[in-house]
Amino acid sequence: MSGKNLTIIATKGTLDWAYPPFILSSTAAALGYNVSMFFTFYGLQLLKKDLSLSVSPLGNPGMPMPLGMDKWFPVLGTTIPGMQAMMTGMMKSTIKSKGVASVAELRSLCLEADVKMIGCQMTIDLFDIKHEDLIEEIDLGGAATYFEHAGESDINLFI
Amino acid sequence: MSDFNQELDARGLNCPLPILRAKKKLNAMTAGEVLKIIATDPGSVKDFEAFATQTGNELMGSSENDGEFQFLLKKGG
Repeated sequence: MSGKNLTIIATKGTLDWAYPPFILSSTAAALGYNVSMFFTFYGLQLLKKDLSLSVSPLGNPGMPMPLGMDKWFPVLGTTIPGMQAMMTGMMKSTIKSKGVASVAELRSLCLEADVKMIGCQMTIDLFDIKHEDLIEEIDLGGAATYFEHAGESDINLFI
Repeated sequence: MSDFNQELDARGLNCPLPILRAKKKLNAMTAGEVLKIIATDPGSVKDFEAFATQTGNELMGSSENDGEFQFLLKKGG
């Protein structure tokens, strides 16, 4: 065991951006790091018991579109109702077919490996998030709690 | 390839699952035992080298055959 420490601040609540924090945390834990994850603002979505995450093509020119849609669809096309649900469904099936783990699977692998997950109390109050909607394995804390971990840490990432 | 005590079929799995599954298998093994891993993720070649360096488990062998990668990891003390 290296005994090194890693902290990650997870700020995004979309299907695509759920991956980097959970992939890095689970891998770091497998390498022997003590890992603490802090979930703030939209990142709190990643702590919900029911992970209903979406991905949006809107305002994201880097997202590969299927069937050459980016060629014949103007940017405005990404605003069509139902487009987000369709792209989310497509990405989920691609994820499955490529042998990439689901977000829920990666999250439970993190918990299994004793990754510490801390939800931002202020965000919970701000957005009226219900405690019973969040998984039970988490602690709550604020900025000072984060720095208590980050100050002792070898690597600190903001995602 | 030489003898092994446990085997892990990580074919079809993508990063970071081969590493996570291997780590789980190694946890249940004793020092000196060897884990054989079969994977199809090309990224796993570099990743298992990095995993071995950082965790003190020895990568005894690494080979490719027809799009499949084989690794032999000896559990460290």
